[in-house]
Amino acid sequence: MATQVDTSASTGAGRVASPSFWSGVWQNHAPGYLFLLPWLIGFLGLTIGPILTSFYLSFTHFDLLTAPRWAGIDNYMRMFTNDPKFAASMRVTFVFVVFSVPLKLAFALGVALLLNRGMKGLPLYRALFYLPSLLGASVAIAILWRQMFAGNGLVNQLLANFGIQGPSWISNPNTSLWTLIILAVWQFGSPMIIFLAGLRQIPQDMYEAASLDGASKWRQFWKITLPMLTPVVFFNAIIQTIEAFKSFTPAFIISGGTGGPINSTLFYTLYLYNEAFGFFRMGYASALAWVLLAIVALFTAFSFLTSKYWVHYDD
Amino acid sequence: MTTDAERLTVVTGSSVTRRKVISIVSHVLLIGASIVMLYPLLWLMASSFRPENEIFTSGVSVLPSANWSFDSYVRGWNGLRVGFGQLFINSFVISALSVIGNVVACSLAAYAFARLEFAGRRFWFAMMLMTLMLPYQVTLIPQYVLFLNLGWVNTILPLVVPKFLAADAFFIFLMVQFFRGIPKELDEAARMDGAGPWRIYWKIILPLSMPVLATAAIFTFIWTWDDFFGPLIYLNDLRQYTVMLGLRTFTDNTGMSDYGGMFAMSVLSLVPIFVFFLLFQRLLIEGIATTGMKR
Repeated sequence: MATQVDTSASTGAGRVASPSFWSGVWQNHAPGYLFLLPWLIGFLGLTIGPILTSFYLSFTHFDLLTAPRWAGIDNYMRMFTNDPKFAASMRVTFVFVVFSVPLKLAFALGVALLLNRGMKGLPLYRALFYLPSLLGASVAIAILWRQMFAGNGLVNQLLANFGIQGPSWISNPNTSLWTLIILAVWQFGSPMIIFLAGLRQIPQDMYEAASLDGASKWRQFWKITLPMLTPVVFFNAIIQTIEAFKSFTPAFIISGGTGGPINSTLFYTLYLYNEAFGFFRMGYASALAWVLLAIVALFTAFSFLTSKYWVHYDD
Repeated sequence: MTTDAERLTVVTGSSVTRRKVISIVSHVLLIGASIVMLYPLLWLMASSFRPENEIFTSGVSVLPSANWSFDSYVRGWNGLRVGFGQLFINSFVISALSVIGNVVACSLAAYAFARLEFAGRRFWFAMMLMTLMLPYQVTLIPQYVLFLNLGWVNTILPLVVPKFLAADAFFIFLMVQFFRGIPKELDEAARMDGAGPWRIYWKIILPLSMPVLATAAIFTFIWTWDDFFGPLIYLNDLRQYTVMLGLRTFTDNTGMSDYGGMFAMSVLSLVPIFVFFLLFQRLLIEGIATTGMKR
């Protein structure tokens, strides 16, 4: 037994030591890792390391100046039992996601369907509708929005032409969030382009066959277009939902960084930013980040699990 | 059956006029929607050329004012303690470096994933895909602590160095998709001639990938130009500010705001993006259509 182990060990060592083995390993695997090196350094140093660190920090009190103090589950306890602002930011974010994403996708699909009828001037329309998506993330657009929905802003001047005296939309807690939802819906251009690409993938002969069978356009939409488009709907819904959860700049600019009035635009990301960089509660902010990660992960997992019941795949 | 067949004949009988009506209605709808969507942008543009006292009295007009002037641009340009010229330079430097970093680092990684065989490739690829879904807030605070300890806060390094480490995994994914479409026979032919992975990457893959490299470059530029969160956290000194931070400073002076100057600088800040849009519209739209980008 002992000799056997010895020989196998020695042959193993012999093989490992042989230069041809190592040069083989080197030739087969080194180029891949060399090309991957920048990403790998970034992945380990800027992603995995920080993820684990922030998980640890979420169980501490940490103000950046002194070393983190272990806090157990204090941060999470406070969040779920004793933090009205956390509850408010959750509510605001969910309302934003629940209204902005379906509205945005509905507009995107509606316009894509119109454009897909072989309209003349399609490239021009497509470009015009896409422009807000491209510009929309800018601070400049958030500033424009803030002005549009102010008391003496553009929207109220328009309404004044019809004799309507509008409120200051951004300083009224009942309407402020809706100005942000409208801003998000205004940027329906990029999902629209993806819908257009998806519509073009649907084989035309399916419609021809349906027409011969006497199916109305309405029926064709429900029986052919929508089912064939579900993979694209699914894709757009996931991407847009995650984006909506991460939205920050418009709420920051329109509320002047406060999330006001009365927390009505206190997006989750904005609350997290204020806790971290306004009050230097880095431990608490890390816990907030992990809850956000959990929500996004749960949402994504749920979407993929339920997708097999409503997303139509060819195979 | 008969009713369906009847309906079919009715539809086909009047289909020419019917189609015309539908087409006109569609165009009216689309033109109306375009006007509503572009109206705020046109209004912003028109307001930036109005004298300050006309901005809120000229109402909803998007027509140029009779006494239009560049006054707002002059006031806005000098509206902060540091001229906006400096801010534009800062934004350009950060965006240009980010473009270089993203194109170089992401194409290297994408080549490894798309073309090279090595142990753990599938694992690392899955890891890369995972980071696409990751909310940046999860890494935000430890990254900040790291950059703080490196003494990088209040420099552009935290905004630029991650790009050279291919932190925008999205572009890796985009390039992998494209590289996979390049025929492998080209690689093999080159390998027969004794070319190594580096030569193949440099002489075959990159030259054939100009569309995807350009798409990545343009989107990197636009997204970096627009980025507000990164500069907000890492840049404190007005001389280091980007254009987006400068614009935000206008909104901070709540007491007596210079609306004209703010609008003028807002318009200027959108110009580079708009130029990219005009020049590379097709590339951008195709990029989105084939890969499904977020915005």
